[in-house]
Amino acid sequence: MKNISAIFIKQIKDTLKNKTTLIQFIMFPILAVIMENSVKIENMPEHFFSKLFAVMFVGMAPLTCMSSIISEEKEKGTLRVLMMSNVSPLEYLAGVGAYVWTVCMAGSVVFGVLGNYDAKEFILFMAVMAAGVLLSVMIGAIIGILCKNQMAATSAAIPVMMIFSFMPMLSMFNKTISKAAEFFYTQQLNKIINSIGNKDIEPIGIVIAAVNFIAAVIVFVMSYKRNGLE
Amino acid sequence: MEHALSMKGISKSFGEKNVLKKIDLEVKSGEIFGLIGPSGAGKTTIIKILTGQLKADSGTSVIGGIDSLSLKPEDYGGFGIMMDNFGLYDRLNCCDNLKIFADIYGLNKNTVHQALSAVGLTGNEKTAAAKLSKGMKSRLRLARALITDPDILFLDEPTSGLDPASAEDIRQMLLNEKKRGKTIFLTTHNMSEAEKLCDSIALLLDGGIAEYGSPTEICRRYDHKKTICIHMKNGTDKILPHSPKSAEAIAYLLSKDLIETIHTSEPTLETVFMELTGKELAS
Repeated sequence: MKNISAIFIKQIKDTLKNKTTLIQFIMFPILAVIMENSVKIENMPEHFFSKLFAVMFVGMAPLTCMSSIISEEKEKGTLRVLMMSNVSPLEYLAGVGAYVWTVCMAGSVVFGVLGNYDAKEFILFMAVMAAGVLLSVMIGAIIGILCKNQMAATSAAIPVMMIFSFMPMLSMFNKTISKAAEFFYTQQLNKIINSIGNKDIEPIGIVIAAVNFIAAVIVFVMSYKRNGLE
Repeated sequence: MEHALSMKGISKSFGEKNVLKKIDLEVKSGEIFGLIGPSGAGKTTIIKILTGQLKADSGTSVIGGIDSLSLKPEDYGGFGIMMDNFGLYDRLNCCDNLKIFADIYGLNKNTVHQALSAVGLTGNEKTAAAKLSKGMKSRLRLARALITDPDILFLDEPTSGLDPASAEDIRQMLLNEKKRGKTIFLTTHNMSEAEKLCDSIALLLDGGIAEYGSPTEICRRYDHKKTICIHMKNGTDKILPHSPKSAEAIAYLLSKDLIETIHTSEPTLETVFMELTGKELAS
């Protein structure tokens, strides 16, 4: 726990001075605030932008930040120092993962407030976001584990992030994309978030998200066992 | 005196290249041991094997009584490692760069300031690592290696690329650490540094140990390379081998009052290296 906490604190200090990571965390919440307050279109669903950006945030921020942090540490040799300093690979991943998850949950509060939910709905919304962020953190960790440096991690993270982040939005305009998007957790999160306060959540959405989660855990374990952290 | 580190029959290949061939090494507690050799000789590979970062193809290596391959994360607090590819957190200041490790090892905040003070970085606590000069970065890496007050220090070319003043500062710090009883294992391709600092050295060549012992012992083995340098009154210089024939020649020149100055040149590690390889070390 001591080591996880040391990594967590290090990450907070580092992010405050790292604009490229910081922007990932604040971009969508800020965009959501601006769009919710400035764009009003007739027949537009209520809180459209906060819900849309919340899903995009889940698909983008945790994934890119996690892969970027791990690959940067690999590239600069700081990860090797940590590994030779009484920190186990799983403690490192837990420390960075907990940090990314916590910061993303802080961002999720913004979407929750913009969504104007009542207390029960807000808790449900945060629970959905928590699960989604956790899954994205795991996918980001997989990319970080598999890539040797930041360049490789960015190249791998962008297409993955585009699929998870943009498919829910694109599925509104294209039926084929919509059918494909059904298999991804972000689309299911999108549906669940849009159901909150309006209608019952479809169990199939939870099942698909759970399958995504199990698949991510399996790939994570396989990648870690095969490559190790370094 | 017991051995802090030892290697027996260590071999390591990378693909077709045999980098290390049955290396045997022993480093006594409290000494500065220098592993010297040209770039690519396998010096860093030996440190990696000793510290359990790399598995040898065959042989055993022991550090502080523990097999290198059996080292547990908690054992790493017992030795400090400073390697060139061990980076710093560029965006964090010197203090925070060390505080991470103080937190990991459960050390108090004073330890950070003491480590910075030991390497002469007091006053730079709030400077971001990215803004430090190369010499100061080396000092910060050394401070990080020292933070747990380890018994054994591994330093991979600690003065490489530093200006003479910074390099001398680092050497002085290492001598201070030796006085405090630390065992220091360093690699270098700087022969004069090895002569100044090390109690014993091993010269690594073509995957094997070509010479092993104290710098004085090794140089004595190459006594036949001792030369006599004569500066003549007419401004020319003569270099003669150390032999009876040269003594006769010198006696003759002295009788004719042709000699301005005369001095002997002892073989150095550089001379030994040249004798062994026929080429000079890259500086």
